Amino acid sequence: MLTDLTIHELGARFRRGDATPTQAAREYLARIAALDPTVKAYLTVTGDAALARAAEADARFKSGAPLGPLDGVPLGVKDVFCTRGVRTTCGSKILEGFVPPYDATVVARLLGAGAVILGKLNMDEFAMGSSTENSAYFTTRNPWDLSRVPGGSSGGSAAAVAADLAAATLGTDTGGSIRQPAAFCGNVGLKPTYGRVSRFGLVAFASSLDQVGPFAKDVLDAALMLQAIAGHDPLDSTSAAIPVPDYAAELGLGVQGLKVGIPAEYFIEGLDAEVEAAVRAAIETLKGLGAKTESISLPHTEYGLAAYYLIAPAECSSNLARYDGVKYGLRVPGARDLIDMYSRTRGVGFGAEVKRRVMLGTYALSAGYYDAYYGKAQKVRTLVQRDFQKAFERVDVIVAPTTPSVAFKIGEKEDPLSMYLNDVFTIPVNLAGLPGLSVPAGFTKAGLPIGLQVIGKAFDEAMLLRTARAYEAATTWRERKPELAA
Amino acid sequence: MAEPKITMKEVDHVARLARLALSAAEKERMRRELDGILSYIDKLRALRTEGVPPTSHAVPMTNVMREDVPAPSLPQAEMLANAPDRSGEFFRVPRIIEESIEE
Repeated sequence: MLTDLTIHELGARFRRGDATPTQAAREYLARIAALDPTVKAYLTVTGDAALARAAEADARFKSGAPLGPLDGVPLGVKDVFCTRGVRTTCGSKILEGFVPPYDATVVARLLGAGAVILGKLNMDEFAMGSSTENSAYFTTRNPWDLSRVPGGSSGGSAAAVAADLAAATLGTDTGGSIRQPAAFCGNVGLKPTYGRVSRFGLVAFASSLDQVGPFAKDVLDAALMLQAIAGHDPLDSTSAAIPVPDYAAELGLGVQGLKVGIPAEYFIEGLDAEVEAAVRAAIETLKGLGAKTESISLPHTEYGLAAYYLIAPAECSSNLARYDGVKYGLRVPGARDLIDMYSRTRGVGFGAEVKRRVMLGTYALSAGYYDAYYGKAQKVRTLVQRDFQKAFERVDVIVAPTTPSVAFKIGEKEDPLSMYLNDVFTIPVNLAGLPGLSVPAGFTKAGLPIGLQVIGKAFDEAMLLRTARAYEAATTWRERKPELAA
Repeated sequence: MAEPKITMKEVDHVARLARLALSAAEKERMRRELDGILSYIDKLRALRTEGVPPTSHAVPMTNVMREDVPAPSLPQAEMLANAPDRSGEFFRVPRIIEESIEE
């Protein structure tokens, strides 16, 4: 089956003429039709457009002039990205029926590389959540255990890759929304350095934290996806004008002699015993490959979560002011006046988690509380950043668990705070703007995936990919697939 | 019971600032949940931050300037296509200004 293959395996078949992009697209669309009613990863499937683009790719391969590694490869993108002519909901009722007049830069880059986009993937509303239960449409299921969450907020993107419903996908990571679902669904998820990838055309949640990145079946695929989307974009003034290295070329360098930092604060009470054992075993594997490990301290880790839950809601309350019922999306009729129309539209259009964060952010920014909450959180953000700076004076890369536990049950975490605590190991990386990656590092006895997190210096994604690749090559976790029946 | 961090009056005030119409049940739940979250966030108080500069952005940011070159915008028809209510080339909204002010 072509749907089993990685991007690089699929590309090799296309180049040899053993398979065509149209065959791959048809296989994926058939698998989506059969299995997505169970997994529920897709919000929108764009079958006709996918087949039309696949036919164009067929012609390029036939004429001996394919575009590159993504040419003809079937991919999916989170519904947070604007797609010209294709409805974009961001998992929210307030954007129901919205059809963007332009493509996000990352989408344009994938299309420019010849990729075949299969559709738009489910997510927590406005990317707020850790389980995809906050989608206004439905909850995506974890392909490894359908009673469990796929993680969030890019749960659809992670589940689609795990269930072979796309060769790779794009998600976004504001507080862990790529790494945590990648860990829960057993694939590779990469959050690049803030500024590495353009955010133009991405529905904004917390602008100083959001970053776009790939989910992939293996580390080479993640490198190929990053290569396609990375680099400066004049349409995003926060995107960095820094050269993009050839990631695939640096993948095979190994970890011999690398200094790997192990942060004491990531092995705390509350860390699941099976997760801890798997991560410690992974560290031993890296040592066996020639890496040197060093204990490091990131003393402000426990404050990162509290700072994040002021900063992200503050930015969200500001960004979400644009949903006012005037320009696009929902409008609740029958309002007395303009303010009443805004309030009623937002009251009906936003779900519970979005309202909670808008309220929290508005409160933290309001007169009398600004210094005590938002101002304080920004200072703590500096301390978290300094922790990493200090650590990276001594080590090349940091490894830790991606999440404190494996995928939890749908409906299990009703209290918002207990849901927030799930992001405790991923959030500091966003506060500091650093790159982070989750790579499969084993399974629990119950058969649920465990993720190893690799954290690097700013703009040093190559180091993460190379470390993860060395580890992946020494293990066989990626060979295991979830059993799914239509 | 500890003093609540946030009162119903504050919930009303913040909901008004945020332009969010909430039902009575939503407000009560919001008060309780925000109270719990703010209590957790209070752990930041334990941290001394005198003299620490605030970070608003993870990477150093400067103003980005570009040449002032005219370029076509998105067509008006496309920008209006998503409007929930419109009149010709305009977004239509409920009346903002009263017809007459009686005093």
